[in-house]
Amino acid sequence: MGNRCAVIGVGQTHYTTKRRDVSIAGLVREAAARALEDAGLAWKDIDAVVIGKAPDLFEGVMMPEAYLADALGAAGKPMMRVHTAGSVGGSTALVGASLVQGGVHDRVLVVAFEKQSESNATWALSTHLPFSASLVVGAGGYFAPHIREYMRRSGAPEHIGTLVAVKDRLNALKNPYAHLRIPGISRQMVESTPMLWEPIRYLETCPSSDGACAMVLSSEKAVTGTPAWVLGTAMRSEPIFRAGRDTVNPQGGKDCAADVYRQAGITDPRREIDVAEVYVPFSWYEPMWLENLGFAAEGEGWKLTESGATALDGDIPWNASGGVLSSNPIGASGLIRFAEAALQVRGMAGEHQVDGARRALGHAYGGGAQFFAMWMVGSDKP
Amino acid sequence: MPSDATAAGTTAAGAAAVPEGEARSLVAGHVLEFPGGYTRTTGPVIGRFLTELRDGRIVGVRTAGGRTLVPPLEYDPDTGEAVTGEFAEVGPAGTVESWSWVSEPRPAHPLERPFAWALIRLDGADTALVHAVDAGDARAMRQGLRVRPRWKAARTGHITDIESFVPEVTRIVSPVRTEYRVRPGKALARFLDGVARGVFIGCRCGSCGKVYVPYRLSCPECGVAITEEVEVPDTGTITTFAINNLPDPRAPEVPFVSAYILLDGSDIPMIALVGGVPAHEVRQGMRVRAVWVPEEERTASMSNIKWFAPTGEPDAEL
Repeated sequence: MGNRCAVIGVGQTHYTTKRRDVSIAGLVREAAARALEDAGLAWKDIDAVVIGKAPDLFEGVMMPEAYLADALGAAGKPMMRVHTAGSVGGSTALVGASLVQGGVHDRVLVVAFEKQSESNATWALSTHLPFSASLVVGAGGYFAPHIREYMRRSGAPEHIGTLVAVKDRLNALKNPYAHLRIPGISRQMVESTPMLWEPIRYLETCPSSDGACAMVLSSEKAVTGTPAWVLGTAMRSEPIFRAGRDTVNPQGGKDCAADVYRQAGITDPRREIDVAEVYVPFSWYEPMWLENLGFAAEGEGWKLTESGATALDGDIPWNASGGVLSSNPIGASGLIRFAEAALQVRGMAGEHQVDGARRALGHAYGGGAQFFAMWMVGSDKP
Repeated sequence: MPSDATAAGTTAAGAAAVPEGEARSLVAGHVLEFPGGYTRTTGPVIGRFLTELRDGRIVGVRTAGGRTLVPPLEYDPDTGEAVTGEFAEVGPAGTVESWSWVSEPRPAHPLERPFAWALIRLDGADTALVHAVDAGDARAMRQGLRVRPRWKAARTGHITDIESFVPEVTRIVSPVRTEYRVRPGKALARFLDGVARGVFIGCRCGSCGKVYVPYRLSCPECGVAITEEVEVPDTGTITTFAINNLPDPRAPEVPFVSAYILLDGSDIPMIALVGGVPAHEVRQGMRVRAVWVPEEERTASMSNIKWFAPTGEPDAEL
């Protein structure tokens, strides 16, 4: 795994539908400046910048890393852009961590953002090339069939998705940065919203958010403040079209989890991990990923959700921050998971802090559930 | 007020329209307008304000208490004391404190299109000024909106030297357009040859034996070149699906079913539209067949397949 690496600064913007008061550059600077402030550092203390975001068509800014180099204090420094669809926020953190673990740099600023209000994600994801049929379905339409198949295979009752939709929004009420803060959120409220892409209801879907998240990653000798130590990092990918690919429980996700657990010395994630921030953009992905990430046996993930184990007061809280279901600046959503995991083990998660959290999982997935990025962070130096 | 004079003026034609013998309902227009307009002396304070306006500047006057009045007055309205005689440039930007939308402007109004009357507190001022805001749409108006004056080119020293205030620039539209000439690759061209004839062409990997549709040149699992071409039937099984209820101008009419269809003899499902059956009657395991558009309408495109429709066979085991 290389040299030790720690998260020493986390910065987030408030997530909201439209950040009309800032440019893209202003948005990323806001998150980066907060991360620097958290680390007690200035722009000059940073050796390199890694930036991630979803496809360029989302804002219509080609090569945003070039446009944003000086906004992020990267003039005269290495700057690179990471691009792994929805998992990009996670991959961005991992590329930044690898620069520290490899001994290349001592302090790396990682930033990810999306300003979804500048265009329309469904448009950007459905470019409708010639020769193909026009089936504009967006991300929800893409994932709905895989959720339906999970429900068939596992025999999960229909209300499981509703439970997750409520649980994550209750958590969001404790997170001042969360986009969707719905007082009085309830099963009835979720179940009264329309089916957008059956079996996915409106309130079982993530919002469309503007926002940015940043972290300062540091080598052991450059640590300032309270560190969250990186215990393991892993990325996996697989082709979207491959005969026999299991789209409900993808092999890439299982392999990625096994790798990151091995590095962190985790043999029983349910018992040994204190809190997990997992990319759940549609509520049913909680039980699906509970199985994919080894927290429950295949077909049993929904029982864990139903038992309340993943609630903030359960034995393995998932998405204490409110998760992607409550805030979704797509390119940043993965980095937010990684950053929230770090905040938990630093004891800095505020009202949604899980008491005594020492080991946390950050997870992101993207594309057609084909790109995976995960890290384990801990309060104790490995 | 000018609007009263206008109202009277616009009814001037009324008298001729009244029929004879109905004296009690007689109406006559009447214009009261001092020829050439009243001449007013401004006094030193308002005069300075208007002189500065003519030069494209907005000034306020300081009170003894240190407040800046805009528009300026000769006295402090709070205390009745004379103002100090010290003038300060304010604005030109300001903030809307309150507003009222005028959806049907009258002839004497400063703008011919709908606009807002607003109380605008200019930067550096302690009081608000009434002026028009040309915001285009009432939805663009809000308390706290930042605005700036749009000056007339020829100014005379009058409040109308500011034609109106306009919102600050907070957004631009950035059109992005890229034109491509898309040529299908060798594999897709081969597959479309088949689709043009109403058949699905796939291929079998010589290493793992899996059959891929559409036809492709290499196996995504094994990475080896594929050489064996196979034709698969246009029947298959729905493995899973979504019912799409979100309308999109480029998509079929909602609700429409997008399904994964495993063609008979293929090892990988294709995503396609299901039709000929109400959306809520579609099932996982349902047997379907491609419905091709009439031969005369076919092109080398997937739009040759109208959709997949149920065959009526018993459902397949998944």
